[in-house]
Amino acid sequence: MALLEIKNLHAEVDGKKILNGIDLVVEQGQLHAIMGPNGSGKSTLSYVLAGKPGYTVTEGQVLLDGEDLLAMEPDERAARGVFLAFQYPLEIPGVASMTFLRTALNAQRKRRGEPELSTPEFIKRVREVAGKLEIEQEMLRRAVNVGFSGGEKKRNEILQMTMLEPRLAIMDETDSGLDIDALRIVADGVNRLRAPERSMIVITHYQRLLNYIVPDVVHVLSKGRVVKTGGKELALELEARGYAQYQDEAAA
Amino acid sequence: MNVEVKPLKTAAELALANTFAAVRDQLPGGGPVAALRDSAFRNFDARGLPHRRIEEWKYTDLRALMREAKPLAAPPDAAAKARAKAAPSPIGDVECRRIVFVNGAFVRELSDLGALETGLTIGSMAALLAKGDPLITQHLGKVVASDDPALALNTALMGDGAFVHVAAGAVVDRPLHLAFIGPDTAASVFARSLIVIERGARAMLIESHEGAGDADYQVNAALELVVGDEAHVDHVKLIGEGAKALHVSTLLAAIGAHARFNTFTFTTGGAVVRNQMFLRFDGVETVASIRGATLLQKRQHADTTLVVDHVAVGCQSRELFKSVLDGDSRAVFQGKIIVRPGAQKTDAKMMTQALLLSDRAEADNKPELEIFADDVQCGHGATAGALDPDLLFYLKSRGIPQKQAEALLIQSFVGEAIEGIEHAGLREILMEAVAAHLVARG
Repeated sequence: MALLEIKNLHAEVDGKKILNGIDLVVEQGQLHAIMGPNGSGKSTLSYVLAGKPGYTVTEGQVLLDGEDLLAMEPDERAARGVFLAFQYPLEIPGVASMTFLRTALNAQRKRRGEPELSTPEFIKRVREVAGKLEIEQEMLRRAVNVGFSGGEKKRNEILQMTMLEPRLAIMDETDSGLDIDALRIVADGVNRLRAPERSMIVITHYQRLLNYIVPDVVHVLSKGRVVKTGGKELALELEARGYAQYQDEAAA
Repeated sequence: MNVEVKPLKTAAELALANTFAAVRDQLPGGGPVAALRDSAFRNFDARGLPHRRIEEWKYTDLRALMREAKPLAAPPDAAAKARAKAAPSPIGDVECRRIVFVNGAFVRELSDLGALETGLTIGSMAALLAKGDPLITQHLGKVVASDDPALALNTALMGDGAFVHVAAGAVVDRPLHLAFIGPDTAASVFARSLIVIERGARAMLIESHEGAGDADYQVNAALELVVGDEAHVDHVKLIGEGAKALHVSTLLAAIGAHARFNTFTFTTGGAVVRNQMFLRFDGVETVASIRGATLLQKRQHADTTLVVDHVAVGCQSRELFKSVLDGDSRAVFQGKIIVRPGAQKTDAKMMTQALLLSDRAEADNKPELEIFADDVQCGHGATAGALDPDLLFYLKSRGIPQKQAEALLIQSFVGEAIEGIEHAGLREILMEAVAAHLVARG
């Protein structure tokens, strides 16, 4: 059974149709890249998968391990292993990163019937992961993302992802706003997480990220539909020729 | 043409007049105190209970909310003292000197009066009123002048309360906890306290007001506080009255020069609460933090009314009040900053924020600035809103369930005000109280 199956997914936001019948299957261990022009529905797809309120599915279904993902609350999806790295990570004043991470991790473990992580164990792991992502220890004591630069916020998302060990990681434009050094740190972080039991969906506008994170499958999204699927070479082709041809195709 | 329409007295007003007539001669205090009571009662009686057409009481119509005036609470009997002794402390195991008042009366045997720090004097207000103590005569009713009708009523009927004096330069290490425990019957309490912290002294005062959950009692408490020049005073007030209680309390504080004054009010209990603070900065270059957090549910109503009067040059005051409202509750914040003509270089900033967890809850914010000096920095802001759905989604997307995510955001919201408390143990106790309140919310 595939880890994730998206069947004829239609969704709208504020009465506006954004997704118009997406079909996508992600097998365990695969890394899929979803590319497409602005407004093609990439971010909407990621929010629908994570369960953001206000995104209404009007048709179709999404199955995680064969179960109806859309019937689950966002926190249940997370406990089942879905993780969305936000394009614009939010600031949470007054909640320290450490508290936030530990609350999230233990809530997930509790729901899965696993024992909570002890404080020393937790701190040890966070420090280790933060070190690899070049995140200062001091930042962990500060409120989540408050006063962080764009790049720091993105690294913080990867830190959360690493700590939460999802089975399906969705990264929404994780490369946007990153300089080349930060991009490499983030990509290394993602690559360290690649494993046979973990699947990933990388959403990006540019091919650049895919030089560092090499996909198994590339999809082109246009006007809320997958208009082309191919191997990693498809990304290079897009880089050279642009999205124009696919936009026309979707319109036709 | 202005015609003053004087409505008929309400049942509560008539009862208060009868009570005053009946007990006037038994209340503590001789000639000057009795005269003070008479004049205060006349002042009250002429106007009656404050109501919505009195601007300062616009949102808390005491005339409507106080249908009847309960009889004065009897002095505590053995059972009441036992109950007070058994009651859990609202500040947990924070190391402090606990002074207990039951039904408004000082209870010596429940109070910790051993090994008083040098310069610290603690006494019963009733005893000192009766004795005509000179410090009392010097300050009582004079710390900050106010013609507030609820305060006038307190002055007329004041029974007992705390008297605390900290001598110049004395450092009181242990926080002083004045624990007021309300009656467990439908009775009323008029407590009056006077605290004088002399020049350069250091003290921390915790004032708690607790009561039985099912008793329909009424509290009218007032505390006059003198903060001397260069003194450092922390004042934390916890209003955790029983669910049916009506609580009106007044803080009157005059603060000297180069002093530090921090006050924080934590309101969680009582059916109707009116917490009023009249603070005056008399001396130059004092720094003050005036904060509060109010957590309400069901049909609770809590009104915080603050008047900060900058008389002297170069004082800094920061006001931050947060309220979290659930159910059909209502929070009122009226904050007025006055900067007198001479109070140049005043730096005053006031912020009030309400978090509405229910679409039936209501927050009323009324900030006012009255500035008569031209070289000052003053500002105010007010916000009211629900929890940010995007933030909630962010937390939930990390696996944190709805209620826990809400609790985390509420704690962070309230935490900003609680952070201002200097005592770490007390900060923790209050954060725990917030968490407990959120658990009770279900």
